[in-house]
Amino acid sequence: MTRLNPRPHGRFFAGLSLLLAAGAARADYTWNFPTPVTPIARDTLNIHNEFMVIITVLFVVVFSIMVYSMVKHRKSSGVEPATFTGPTGAFQWFWVLVPFGILLFIDFVLMGIPAFHAVIEMEDTRTKADMVLKVTGLQWKWQYEYPDSGIKFISTMSTPREQIEGKEAKGENYLLEVDNEVVLPVGKKVRVLLTSTDVIHTWWVPQFGVKRDAIPGFLRETWVRIEEPGVYRGQCAELCGKDHGFMPVVVRAVPEAEYAAWVDKKKTEMAAAAAGSDRAWTKDELMAAGKAGYEKNCAACHQAEGQGIPPAFPALAGSKIVTGPLLSPEGKLIPDSHVDRVLNGKTGTAMQAFKATLSDADLAAIITYERNAFGNNKGDMIQPAQIKALR
Amino acid sequence: MNTATHTLDPHAGHAHHPTGLMRWLTTTNHKDIGTMYLTFSLLMFFLGGAMILAVRAELFQPGLQLMKPEFFNQLIGVHALVMIFAALMPAATGFANWMIPLMIGAPDMALPRLNNWGFWLLPPAALLLTMPFILALFGIGDGAVATGWTLYAPLSVQGGIGVDFAIFSIHILGISSIMGSINIIATLLNMRAPGMTLMKMPLFCWGWLVTAVLLIITLPVLAGGVTMLLTDRHFGTHFFDAAGGGDPILFQHLFWFFGHPEVYILLLPVWGLMPHVLSTFTRKPIYGHTAQVYGFIAIGVLGLIVWAHHFMTAGLPVPALLYFMYSTMAISLPLAVLFFCWIATMWRGAMSFETPMLFAIGFIVLFGIAGLTGLVLADVAADAQYHHSYFVVAHFHYALFAGGIMGVMTGVYYWLPKWTGHMYSERLGKLHFWLTVVSFNFTFMPQFFLGLAGMPRRIPDYALQFTEFNAISTVGAFVLGLSQLLFAWNIWRCVKGGDKATDQVWEGTSGLEWELSSPPPYHSWDTQPVIKSSN
Repeated sequence: MTRLNPRPHGRFFAGLSLLLAAGAARADYTWNFPTPVTPIARDTLNIHNEFMVIITVLFVVVFSIMVYSMVKHRKSSGVEPATFTGPTGAFQWFWVLVPFGILLFIDFVLMGIPAFHAVIEMEDTRTKADMVLKVTGLQWKWQYEYPDSGIKFISTMSTPREQIEGKEAKGENYLLEVDNEVVLPVGKKVRVLLTSTDVIHTWWVPQFGVKRDAIPGFLRETWVRIEEPGVYRGQCAELCGKDHGFMPVVVRAVPEAEYAAWVDKKKTEMAAAAAGSDRAWTKDELMAAGKAGYEKNCAACHQAEGQGIPPAFPALAGSKIVTGPLLSPEGKLIPDSHVDRVLNGKTGTAMQAFKATLSDADLAAIITYERNAFGNNKGDMIQPAQIKALR
Repeated sequence: MNTATHTLDPHAGHAHHPTGLMRWLTTTNHKDIGTMYLTFSLLMFFLGGAMILAVRAELFQPGLQLMKPEFFNQLIGVHALVMIFAALMPAATGFANWMIPLMIGAPDMALPRLNNWGFWLLPPAALLLTMPFILALFGIGDGAVATGWTLYAPLSVQGGIGVDFAIFSIHILGISSIMGSINIIATLLNMRAPGMTLMKMPLFCWGWLVTAVLLIITLPVLAGGVTMLLTDRHFGTHFFDAAGGGDPILFQHLFWFFGHPEVYILLLPVWGLMPHVLSTFTRKPIYGHTAQVYGFIAIGVLGLIVWAHHFMTAGLPVPALLYFMYSTMAISLPLAVLFFCWIATMWRGAMSFETPMLFAIGFIVLFGIAGLTGLVLADVAADAQYHHSYFVVAHFHYALFAGGIMGVMTGVYYWLPKWTGHMYSERLGKLHFWLTVVSFNFTFMPQFFLGLAGMPRRIPDYALQFTEFNAISTVGAFVLGLSQLLFAWNIWRCVKGGDKATDQVWEGTSGLEWELSSPPPYHSWDTQPVIKSSN
C-alpha cells in the first residue's frame, strides 16, 4: 500500500518545529523505496540496497583514510611534509593498483552482473504476457485502453482545487487520487504499451518499479505483474506543462474474479454511453452534461468562467471561434471553427483533438455548453448524432 | 575593482588605459576581463539563487501558496540555465582569464580582442534569457521558458515566446563560450614559457584545456539542436514531430550529447584547481601530476560517449541500455584516479586548514557523494526508480553545487589575495564555509530520500508524505542562500582593503603565478620566465 499520512497542516512554522523534532522521526518517514509489489520492483529494491551498501562502504573506507591523514599529518603537530610525487618501486605500485582492481571488480562484476540480469528481465515485455494495457498520456490526464475487452476511459485527478489552494483540509490521498482508477488483475503479466498525443509524459508507479516515457507518435512498452491486491499510486514524472504535478496514476489491483466483474460492468457502461449518441438530447440535458464535461476536460486551461489564461490558453468567453457559425449550411465541418477545434485540436498548442478521447455525447454537450455559457448565449446546440456523423 | 597602481614591474608606467566605464567596455587586458567574468558570475549566482529560493518557499508546504504552476515551471528552468551558463561557466572562464597567463608565463591571452567580445556577449544573453519575465509584466507573452533547462521537444515546440528568447540566448552564450575556448586553447598551446612542456603545464591549465576542447566539440551540437527546435516552432519543419517523420527523442540525443560533457565542462577546471590548493596547504608536491592529466583526458573522452544515460526511461533498445550503463560505470575509474591523487597529495603532508583548504576538503567529500550516487544511477533497472525523481536532483546538486560552486569558492579564496593584494577575513571565510556545508547538506540530503520515496522532480505541489523532508530542505536552502551574502561581503572587504598579502601569499605555494607581486602588475610577464629543465 502507499504510505500516506493525513495530517493537519498549514501552519507556517510546522516545518520548523519538525526540523527541531527531527530526532523523534515520525513513523511515516520513508527512507527507501516503497514496498515493492512486482518482481521488477523487488529486484530493483534488492539491487538498490546492495548498491547502497557498496557505495557506503567505499565512502567510509576512502574518507576514513583521508580523515586519518587530516588528523595525523597536520602542520600544528610539527610533522615534516614528505616529498613523494608518485609511486616508487613495486610495493607502492601494488598499493596504487589494488584500489583500481577492486573498483573494476565492483563496477563490472559486483554491480554489473545483477544490473545486466535486471535490465534483461525489465525489458522482456512479451514473454508469456497475459494481457495488454494501453496507456496514453494527454495534457494532463491519462487514457487507458484494454484492447482485449474494448474498454477505454480517461483518468483525471479528482483532488478538488479548494484543497490545492488551501481553502479546504487536504485529504488522505491529496494529489494522488483520480476519478477512474485503472483496474488490473493480480498475478497476471500485463504488457503496458505507452504513447502520448501531445508532449512527452512518463508513467510511473513507484511500487511497480516501472517508469517509462510516453512519447507522441511512438509506442513504448513495459510490463507489470502485481502480486498483492491493493491501490497503488504514482504520478507523471516528465515535465509536461503547467499541470504536470497534477496528473496522478492510480492502479487498483484485484483478484481475477473481481477483475472479470469489473470488465463486465465497464462494458455495460460503455454500451449505455454509446446508446447516448443515437438519441436526441434536450438542450437542458446537453447543458448539464456539458458543464460537468467542461469542468473536467477544459477548465484546467480555459478556466471555470471561460476567461482562459492568455496568451497560452485563449478565453472562450466572447471568443470569435466559439461564437462563430456552428456548421456549414450543408451540415459539414467548417475548418478552424469551434467544432473543428474541439474535435481535431490545434497542432503546436496544448489544444488536443478531443474526438480521440471523448464520446459523441460528451463532445456535443461540451460544445453546446461553451456556446451558451460565459455570456456567449449563441442559443444553438449540436446533437451527439451530428458529432458521430462528423467523425 | 582591481587596479594595479603600485608595482615593482619596470613596465608598470605603460599601464595606461581609459578610465571609468570605457576601461571596462574596451579592455583587452586578461585581468580586467577576468574580473568582469567573475563579477558577472557572482551577480548571476545571486539571481539564480533568488529564483530557486522562491521555488523552495513554494515547496515548503503542500498546496499552492505563492505562485501558479506556470510560473513555477519558468523559475526552475531559468534557475538552471542561469546557474550553468551565467554563473558557473563564466566563473571558470574568469579563473582562466586571470590565472592562465600568470601560470604559464604569458603576457596576456593569445586573442585579447576576442576575449573582450567573449565577455560582452554575456550580459545581453542573460538579458535575453530573463527578459520574458519582465515582458510578461507588461502583458507581452506568457513569461520565460517553462520547459526546464532541458527544453525537451515537443513541450518546447508548444511553449510561448520564452522558448525563442532562450534559444537565442543559448546561441549567444554558445558563441561566447566557443570564443573563450578558442582563446584558451590558442594561449595554452602557443604561449607557454620556454621550458614548460605540455606535460609540465599546471593541472589547472590542463583541466581547462580539456574543458575547452569539450566545449568546441559539443556546443555546436546544442546550437544545432536548438536551431532545429526554432525551425520546428516557426518554419514548418518536423525534426521532432512524429507526424512529419521526426522523433522527439532525437532532441534528447542532441541535447545530452552536449549536456553530459557539460557536466565535465563545469567540473574539469575545478578538478584542475584542487591539486594546487591541496599541495599548497599540505606543503607537499602534487601527487600523480601525469596520472591526473591522463585522468582528465579519459574523463573527457568517456564523457562524450555516455549521453543517453540521461534518458534511459525513454525506451532505448536493450543493447543501447547495456552499452550506456557499462560505459557510464567506466567513468568511475578515471574519476577514482583523481580522488586517489587528491588523497595521496594530502597523505603525509603538513596540513593547515585555511578557508581554501576547508572548501577543497568539503568539495572532495561532497563531490564523492555525487560520484558514488552517479555510479548507482548508471544501473538501468535502479535508474528506472531514480530517474526524473528528487534523487537525481540531489545527485546533480552534489555534483554541481558541492562540486562546481564550492570548487569555485575554493579558487576565489585561494587566489583572492593574489588578485587584490589583500588577505580576506579568515574568520568570515571559515564561518561561510561551515554555514555553507551544513546548510547544503540540510538542503539536499533530504532530497535523496524524497526521490527514493517517489517524489518526481519539477512539481509545484506534492503529496502529503513528502511534507517533512521538503520543509527541512526549504529551511536548509534559505540558510544556504543567505550564507552566500557572507561570501560577497568577504570579497568586497578584501577588494577594499585588509592585511597586505605577500607575493607568495601562502606558505606552501609554488608556481609562476606566485612569483609576481600581489596584486600582479597590470601587464605581467613582459619578459618571459624560463622553466628550469630539472623541475
